[in-house]
Amino acid sequence: MITVDKLYKSFDDRQVLSDINTEFHNGKTNLIIGQSGSGKTVLMNCLVGLHEPSQGHILYDGRDLTAMSKRERTLLRREIGMLFQSSALFDSMTVLDNVMFPLDMFSTKSYKERRERALHCLDRVNLGGAESKYPNELSGGMQKRAAIARAIAMEPRYLFCDEPNSGLDPKTSLVIDKLISDITHENNITTVVNTHDMNSVIGIGENILFIDKGHKAWQGSNKEVLTADNKRLNDFIFASDFSKQLRQDIIANMAG
Amino acid sequence: MYIIKFLQSFGEYLLLMGRSFQKPERFKMFLRKYYQEVMALGVNSIGIVLLISLFIGAVICIQMKLNIQSAWMPTWVSGYTTREIMLLEFSSAIMCLILAGKVGSNIASELGTMRVTQQIDALEIMGVNSASYLILPKITALVSIIPVLVTFSVAAGIAGAYCTAYFADIITPSDLTLGLQHQFTQWFFWMGVIKSLFFAFIIASVSSYYGYTVRGGSIEVGKASTNAVVSSSVLILFSDIFLTKMLS
Ligand SMILES: Nc1ncnc2c1ncn2[C@@H]1O[C@H](COP(=O)(O)OP(=O)(O)OP(=O)(O)O)[C@@H](O)[C@H]1O
Ligand SMILES: [Mg+2]
Repeated sequence: MITVDKLYKSFDDRQVLSDINTEFHNGKTNLIIGQSGSGKTVLMNCLVGLHEPSQGHILYDGRDLTAMSKRERTLLRREIGMLFQSSALFDSMTVLDNVMFPLDMFSTKSYKERRERALHCLDRVNLGGAESKYPNELSGGMQKRAAIARAIAMEPRYLFCDEPNSGLDPKTSLVIDKLISDITHENNITTVVNTHDMNSVIGIGENILFIDKGHKAWQGSNKEVLTADNKRLNDFIFASDFSKQLRQDIIANMAG
Repeated sequence: MYIIKFLQSFGEYLLLMGRSFQKPERFKMFLRKYYQEVMALGVNSIGIVLLISLFIGAVICIQMKLNIQSAWMPTWVSGYTTREIMLLEFSSAIMCLILAGKVGSNIASELGTMRVTQQIDALEIMGVNSASYLILPKITALVSIIPVLVTFSVAAGIAGAYCTAYFADIITPSDLTLGLQHQFTQWFFWMGVIKSLFFAFIIASVSSYYGYTVRGGSIEVGKASTNAVVSSSVLILFSDIFLTKMLS
């Protein structure tokens, strides 16, 4: 479980996050949603320590990230997997070497075991057979999946995904979402996903945090999100007239 | 204003070097990376070093013989000066200036691209000291391979001088040999090697600094690559003066 306590973040004099208090649970896909520019990426970067918060605390199962020494942080990071918005695969290495990289760096297992683990992870994301390709020979969706394989290679306890399905078609997005959600449940990981994809919100959002202009505006599950009566949340989720109509129908259906 | 900016960059540079010179997490991974860098930065530069040194050696010999040497000078003058110019300046300082262009821009653009595509962030998130993993092998590789390049450069320069003797009849081979062997001071060779070690460190570390600290996108990567070449060239020229004075 990750607990965020009174988190503030500003760049120079520009306040980006204010007073964020929330919890991200074990074995659940926790979503952070919000408009472009609302501060999702900044919040995630604070969570993993790529940005220093201006104020507040971030607790990883009780261990305070903001109070850790460099060494403790490095150790904590070995329990973290992260999928970047841009995939961030090492382009000088093959897909297999990419997935093996964290194992080569930190695992004490033999080469054969490490290779097997990497191949297993690639299989898990349906990339069996692509292991000797280079990242630039893969499609965007395959790169995302390869990056997921690399993120889970070390069996992390915490998994962070920044917009895992931005730039992907709806079908591939569903595949990625399902993958993230399955991996979370299989290994009882605390997963945090940044998204503005409504299919993901409805599909895998077990715990949804809605951020509006840097403030926490709503929190709940995908069951509650449809019926919540928070104006800004509804304006965001049901942005088009079509989806507004859909919402009316759903609510009418439930009532009837 | 400029002074504050300079001091700030210099401080950042020192901090980055501090992070780079830390014990590698896995020695095996370091060796693998070191080997790759020796290939990429050193072995891949042998061709250009040989080519340029060969031509410069030939041209110096021609200039000396046709434009400098006159009747009252001993016959060994051309060979002697060619050798000393190669040993004292060309094969160390000038060759490193050329390498600053080739290797420096390579290092800065590679690290800069890794920075803007978040590959460096990915390393950090895994708990890898990205500075030490990426920069230390580059510095050690270039510093350890540069004496080889210097030696190749001197040899190619002398070969170039012999080309003017055998193929162009500018100078007789025996005059050239006499000159090349005249009052040979071994220390001059070591001086070139020692200077080149410093220059190699400047090229690798300064270019790494510019690449590693890129903020922004592809335009900034291009700028960083230019800055890396300009700054390391200027630093090589400055330090050359001090090193030459100190080692002479
Ligand atoms: N390094 C930075 N320096 C200054 N301001 C920043 C920095 N990073 C982000 N910001 C600002 O913080 C705000 C939130 O940015 P953020 O990237 O978190 O948005 P986001 O919610 O992830 O948007 P998107 O959905 O488009 O990715 C933006 O207004 C941005 O200008
Ligand atoms: Mg973002």
